[in-house]
Amino acid sequence: MLEAIELAARRGSSRLFSSLSFSVEPGCALFVTGANGTGKTTLLRILAGLGAPSGGKVRWRGVDVAPFAQSLRDDVAYGGHLPALKDELTAEENLVLLVALTGETVDSARLRDALASVSLERQARLPARALSQGQRRRLGLARLALSRRPLWLLDEPATALDTAGIALLKRLITGHLEHGGSALVATHQALELPAAHSRALSLS
Amino acid sequence: MNLYRYSSPSTFYPLAGKLAPWFGWSALILAIVGLWIGFGIAPTDFQQGEAYRIIFIHVATAWMSMFIYLVMAFWSALSLGFNTRLSGMMAQAMAPTGALMTFIALWTGAFWGRPTWGTYWAWDARMTSELILLFLYFGVIALRNAIDDDRRADRACGVLALVGAVNVPIIYFSVQWWNTLHQGSSVSMVAAPKMAAIMLAGMLVMALAVWFYSIAVTLVRVRCIILERERGAAWTGQMTEPGKT
Amino acid sequence: MMAEPVVALREMPAHTPDSGAWSGVRWALARDLKLALRSRAELGVQVLFYVIVVSLFPLASTPEKNQLALMGPGVLWVAALLASLLSLPRLFASDYADGTLEQMALSPYPLSALVSGKMIAHWLTTGLPVVVLAPLLGLQYGIDGEALAALTVALLVGTPILSLLGAIGAALTLGLRGGGSLLALLVLPLCVPVLIFGAGTVDAVHAGLGVAANLSLLGAGLLVAIVGAPLAASAAVRIALD
Repeated sequence: MLEAIELAARRGSSRLFSSLSFSVEPGCALFVTGANGTGKTTLLRILAGLGAPSGGKVRWRGVDVAPFAQSLRDDVAYGGHLPALKDELTAEENLVLLVALTGETVDSARLRDALASVSLERQARLPARALSQGQRRRLGLARLALSRRPLWLLDEPATALDTAGIALLKRLITGHLEHGGSALVATHQALELPAAHSRALSLS
Repeated sequence: MNLYRYSSPSTFYPLAGKLAPWFGWSALILAIVGLWIGFGIAPTDFQQGEAYRIIFIHVATAWMSMFIYLVMAFWSALSLGFNTRLSGMMAQAMAPTGALMTFIALWTGAFWGRPTWGTYWAWDARMTSELILLFLYFGVIALRNAIDDDRRADRACGVLALVGAVNVPIIYFSVQWWNTLHQGSSVSMVAAPKMAAIMLAGMLVMALAVWFYSIAVTLVRVRCIILERERGAAWTGQMTEPGKT
Repeated sequence: MMAEPVVALREMPAHTPDSGAWSGVRWALARDLKLALRSRAELGVQVLFYVIVVSLFPLASTPEKNQLALMGPGVLWVAALLASLLSLPRLFASDYADGTLEQMALSPYPLSALVSGKMIAHWLTTGLPVVVLAPLLGLQYGIDGEALAALTVALLVGTPILSLLGAIGAALTLGLRGGGSLLALLVLPLCVPVLIFGAGTVDAVHAGLGVAANLSLLGAGLLVAIVGAPLAASAAVRIALD
């Protein structure tokens, strides 16, 4: 379970948020909303362990964690603004690399299935520079599905996705929650999930 | 006295303000005494004539250039280890003074070399090491200027200062090696004239003067840095009202 | 929507992914080499740069044999340093720009292992060609026989140190303006010992002193750099990502 206790953050000399406390239980998703510049990305980065908050602490599975803690790196899948794709490599090669980076081994059959589930099986051999923004995003979703992580931290995952893509995203998140995973999603678009599993937090 | 009281920029600011003039005036008095000893009282060296007198400035500034680098590395280690703002500010305040000391040491060394061996720059071990030390200082200062975010700058310059500090003995050793291989028996700058007691006293007084000067300047500079970096905080407005130090 | 979850579903069991250091090194090394091979033209340009710089010195001074033999080791070493510096800004820049560096910092593999893999790849693409070309270029400068062998071995041991130290500079200057020049300012003073001991091997041979001392010092430096540089560079990467 992820807990945030009295978190505070600044950007430069201005304070983004302070005394922020919440928890995300297994099987639940927390949607963080707020206008641009309210600190959604900063909050996600702090929870992922990319930086330290200016106050408060983060607790994962009951243990206080510092930035870059091993437990966070073992259990968190972070989907930030940047898709982490290499233009010179094919979609398939990129996916293999990113999944290997998470410490997972995946055989080629599961890889194909993952690409098919995000409708990219025909683009598997294309260099990533030939993919559209939406396709790059969907490749990121494939990585998410293959990474077997309990906690997903997603920053504006619906960006550049068409309606089919957004439906895919919702299916993925719901499936993840049903398996006992949790997710924290920063978004300014409403992403309706079954009410029993989701809550909202506004940063404005 | 609980020193931890002063580990916050807001409490250190007035303390620095009180200490700086004390160090400044002491430095001035010591410098006058030291220069009087060096240029007035100390006897003419039978080997090097009047020109040697510049070592009173050269040696003091050379010692200080190395000392300041070590102190800067120390504050950097504190800032990385304990994540405190004030240690980072102290390291930031010291770098320009350290660079200045190195620069003066190089110039005074050159002016010493000219009448003594006929050349301004002899590529000897100590001077070459001083030159590389100057580049190390410039590196820290340039990195600080290139980074906008103060916290990132503190930590990046901290890593650089520590890597530099580890390398300084290695660099010094390698330059010594290089120099002995190539220059062999020629006179080294290290062979200062045989020290009469009065000359040694003069050098120590100058060293103390330069040290106090560095402390005074660092304290004044850190006050400016504190005001600049803490400008959002409430206390800065109150502390800088006319009539307060 | 502030509905309470009806029941907390069972938590996903703690599954520990692979986080061994060697796997991390292999991942980064294999990937960087694959990327380098996909941009073969860039590699060729770097090697050409080295050859051109080395050829400039006689043109700028004198082709007289004895002078060249004196200059040679220094020129080869300084050119190796410059060639290394030329490619260092790119070491982390592209990963930083597309978000891979973030993912690497968040990976279960130790960041120092991943960074080490990148450093090895950098040496293989920048330092190794220098070592391979050294005998040829050394002959251009009239260095031969035992001196040439000594110089090549010194480059073999010393160029990895340049990659290791340079990576620290590359990590510290990530995303900053003034990029390449700032990197050079930070890294060059640190490389002075490598330069001195590396180029000094030829003098040692000429003076009949034997190269054991120089090479052991270089070797010791390499060991210290192998242990320390990945740690310093990964600390610098985390600072840049914060």
